[in-house]
Amino acid sequence: MKVALWATAINLVLGVAVAYGLSRWRSGWRDLVDSLLTLPLVLPPTVLGYYLLVLLGRRGTVGAWLDHWGISPVFTWQGAVIASTLVAFPMIQKAAQAAFENVDAEYEAAARVLGLRGPAIFFRVALPLASRGITAGALLAFARALGEFGATLMIAGNMPGRTQTLSTAIYAAVQAGDDAGANTLVVVASITCVVVLLIAGRLAPGRRRP
Amino acid sequence: MSIQVAIRHVATSEHRRFELDVAFATDKRRLVIYGPSGAGKTLTLRSVAGLLRPDHGRIVVNGRTLFESEQGIDIPARDRRCGYLFQDYALFPHLTVAQNIRFGREAGLRNPSRGGMDDASARWIKVFELEAVVRSYPSQLSGGQRQRTALARALAAGPDILLLDEPFSAVDPALRGRLRQELSELQATLDLPMIVITHDPADADALGDEVLEIRDGRIHHGAV
Repeated sequence: MKVALWATAINLVLGVAVAYGLSRWRSGWRDLVDSLLTLPLVLPPTVLGYYLLVLLGRRGTVGAWLDHWGISPVFTWQGAVIASTLVAFPMIQKAAQAAFENVDAEYEAAARVLGLRGPAIFFRVALPLASRGITAGALLAFARALGEFGATLMIAGNMPGRTQTLSTAIYAAVQAGDDAGANTLVVVASITCVVVLLIAGRLAPGRRRP
Repeated sequence: MSIQVAIRHVATSEHRRFELDVAFATDKRRLVIYGPSGAGKTLTLRSVAGLLRPDHGRIVVNGRTLFESEQGIDIPARDRRCGYLFQDYALFPHLTVAQNIRFGREAGLRNPSRGGMDDASARWIKVFELEAVVRSYPSQLSGGQRQRTALARALAAGPDILLLDEPFSAVDPALRGRLRQELSELQATLDLPMIVITHDPADADALGDEVLEIRDGRIHHGAV
């Protein structure tokens, strides 16, 4: 739960920033970058986890640098956050990008002739007008992060009380023959996801504020 | 006042290539550019406002050079002090009438608060008789109220010139005559120069001290 919340929060900032940048970027490279960012959605999570392990492990490029500062994200809950963030990133980025592209360019033109600078236009016009789409994307990303299993297992392992997430805990419970524990966790996960989907559906484009 | 515009611009899209090559100068306070849709009226007006950067040329309003391609002068739209009335008004749908009108009065990262007010905005709300709807959202307004809100928003920012893009196309034809009259009187009271672009000859008759006709991206001088 903590892992999913962190992953969603990080993605909210990162995904929205990237989405706004991409929605304003007119270049042939855009499609390539867009495709690369969608990769986590289609790649098997274990492949992602492996990439992360190679990259962030003590012998990896980034890992060696982090190790130098005494940080090692492998087999920690922060590692699980990184894995969940990466896996859920496209959910927010796609939703936010679609929302930004739906904002009529005339509104930003109006803000410009009224004397506003770029950052002010973003916070006062683009972001509020895209907020419903972004929120819907964030909820889906939260659900995705909650269900993240493969990449988390690869990088963070499954240590009860330390790096265990809801998904990995269910797996562990079933493996150990603890059916009661597994049932409880499955019900919790299912209810959370249904609630999240219900809220996301309410916020989906097409339903305007009265 | 004086307006001098001499610009060339090539706009290309998937379906067509359009060449704009317009040059005009006037000392009149009310200029109407008249022509069919697709003639380059909006491109010309957007160039003056700084929303479009022409390939070549210069734009001088009241002796202030807004754009000059040779010298690399291109004052950003936010500093041109042009009041622009968009064809469909472009009122911010997430803000109330009062917040829309106060929008250009505050330059910060946050929108004007729902309850606040400033003197200039209050004055324009009174001029346009919008007191009853200050807390309404644009979607709740009539066509005439929307136009008045958009005008108030443009004027509250303290422009040097008003640029109007098809000011009456989004309102009921029955209302147009009265709104034309209102706008004409308002312009006379404010003594603010304006450029109106339109495809409606009635607008040209009612609002133009000087009327230019534009066709296929070129100005055709003379009477309409």
